Amino acid sequence: MQAQYISASAIILEVLWRFWPVWLALAIVMGASFIYKKKLALYGQLFDSGVGIAGVFICLFWLFTAIFASTISPFDPLGQIPIMKDTLPGAIEPQSGLVYLFGGDKLARDVFSRMVYGSQIVLIIAPAATGFALMVGITLGLPAGYYGGKIDSILSFLANLVLAFPVILLFYLLVTPGIMDTPIPYALAGVFFLFPIIFFCVLFWTRYKNRPDRIYILLGLTLIVGGWIYLGLVFDRDPLKIVHIDPNQLNIFVAVVFASSPGVFRIVRGLTMDIKTRDYVAAAQTRGESPWYIMLWEILPNARGPLIVDACLRIGYTTILLGTLGYFGLGLAPESPDWGTAIKDASRLLRSFIHPALPPTIALMSFVLGLNLLADSLREQSMKD
Amino acid sequence: MFSFIIRRIGTILLTMLCLTLVVFFLVNLEPNLKKLAISQTEMHTSAEQLESWLVNHGYRQNFFVRYGQWLGVVPKQPITDPATGKTTQRFSFCNDPVVPTFSGVIEGDFGCSTKFKTTVGAKLFPALGATGILMLCVLGVMVPVSLLVGILAGMREGSRTDRVLSVASIASTATPEYVSGVIFTVIFASWLGWLNGSAASASQGITFYNFTLPVITLAIYGIGYIARMTRASMVEVMTQQYIRTARLKGLSFGNVVVKHALRNALIAPFTVIMLQFPWLLTGVVIVEVMFRYQGFGYTLVEAAGNNDIDLLLGCSLVSVFIVLITQLISDVGYAFLNPRIRVQ
Repeated sequence: MQAQYISASAIILEVLWRFWPVWLALAIVMGASFIYKKKLALYGQLFDSGVGIAGVFICLFWLFTAIFASTISPFDPLGQIPIMKDTLPGAIEPQSGLVYLFGGDKLARDVFSRMVYGSQIVLIIAPAATGFALMVGITLGLPAGYYGGKIDSILSFLANLVLAFPVILLFYLLVTPGIMDTPIPYALAGVFFLFPIIFFCVLFWTRYKNRPDRIYILLGLTLIVGGWIYLGLVFDRDPLKIVHIDPNQLNIFVAVVFASSPGVFRIVRGLTMDIKTRDYVAAAQTRGESPWYIMLWEILPNARGPLIVDACLRIGYTTILLGTLGYFGLGLAPESPDWGTAIKDASRLLRSFIHPALPPTIALMSFVLGLNLLADSLREQSMKD
Repeated sequence: MFSFIIRRIGTILLTMLCLTLVVFFLVNLEPNLKKLAISQTEMHTSAEQLESWLVNHGYRQNFFVRYGQWLGVVPKQPITDPATGKTTQRFSFCNDPVVPTFSGVIEGDFGCSTKFKTTVGAKLFPALGATGILMLCVLGVMVPVSLLVGILAGMREGSRTDRVLSVASIASTATPEYVSGVIFTVIFASWLGWLNGSAASASQGITFYNFTLPVITLAIYGIGYIARMTRASMVEVMTQQYIRTARLKGLSFGNVVVKHALRNALIAPFTVIMLQFPWLLTGVVIVEVMFRYQGFGYTLVEAAGNNDIDLLLGCSLVSVFIVLITQLISDVGYAFLNPRIRVQ
């Protein structure tokens, strides 16, 4: 049976219509930000330039796509409908009457739905991994820059060691199916996921150690929430069964955090060395504040500008890394709808069909572009101050 | 300056030692050794036979002894038959010694590739040569284009040319090799049919037809970054006093840019280009796999996929060496180009 097709303009209209929850959410958020932009500090200033608006728009677009993925996509991203194998864009699926908007791939899955669901994987792993890398980098970079000397030499040597590894080799060594039988990923996860807990405990302790009414609540909250997530992520022993991560996803997560935290470390170290010569740091030292109070409450807040810009760029870079992992078939399941895996599958068959390759490539590119534009305009705005 | 270089080379050697130890540890994990034994013996071998293969080929010796053998500070042992006491070569396809000899990296023996059934040297160095040609072409495209874009954008900050070129450079840094490779193949190979989507034939002879796509794919990711750095450096130079003086003196704008600004603006991009090499290495792996070009990246992927221990160690040694030596060159070169900064 020959599949029925809808026309090109009908495809475009249908795609736009499919994204309706995204447009609605975008209109609300962008409209609200525009009205209140005077009150929104740095975020509000983004709306002063075209580049900034474009960056916010693209990032929010993919964020909402990830949130509303189940509403937007007409088909199951893993579901195969044999009759739709290798169909061109706009083919109508006879049973449900719905359309394979961007065609079907070699396993007869809907390319459009896979692209939409792929955004979920990327938007969960990339920001979370960047967050952990920031925690690790900040917690180690602050003392290295502040104390200097031996601590600095040792930590810098370790950071340079990791940075000297070509990323791809690191991934081939750390993200193999075999390594999940060894305790290495879990040990690394155990170390990395400890950093946020340490960070927040020290953060609250240095500030509120003389105020028992606050300190016990904050520390208790950190330890309970942190410990709960820690149990769930590292040991998969969450008593409530909410926090759960697949072993192969944990493996990817750990590898990405491992690869990008030395970069954060270097930036934080450099910024700390610069800021510790300022007068307000000297003032705090004269007041007799503890070194960690100065690092976390005097230096870190003043280093936030470059760190925010770097975080934006780093999320984009992590997205590229995830795509690389998918492209080499490392870690993620072979049928996973993430963009890298989709690009790998499609690029092998470019000679016969090109339509499955384009949606994931354009999706990945546009998301990273959005983040880069955001970072660029954030940098420009923070330089104006 | 001289003692600085000596110290840096010492650090490089220490780093290489640590890194190869880490790689050696990771490739010798139990699951990886199992994988190697399974791929090296015939189908459906029993667990005992796999174990005896590993013992026979020396994979069950002490970890540090084996690392020392690879390094060349502990003698390599041939296989000894326990019954007769006769010794045979470990791997016959590599001319391994029949008597214990010091034969490791320090002696120039990189070991034996179990996947390609030859010595690592015989496999790795031709592959490096092939990648070297690719890299030369990429640098030949990337450096002039990115410098030109950066200078044109930074010449007049805030102009329309500047904004268009800046957005274009941001877009190019947002395009990883596996994305641009697919897009270029679709446009130039599938639609227009101008270029070949595979560089497999490039090992016989490089032509414009089969080599252009890998080169531009690899170049495009770096161009944006270098161009942005060049632009930033150019913008800074253009606000200097001596540029204003030259303009007020009555020199034409073009003259000022070429004769006064360029020389000072090109110092920073030199460092950036040098530090771009580690990124290029990852890109090389992607591009060589994508376009089926038999170079270093392709070898690395094959070695990693088959847990070819010695070949993978050779690959990591080479790549770490490239990363560290380019860092050193960039530091020394920066001090050389910019007399205001001298290494302490």
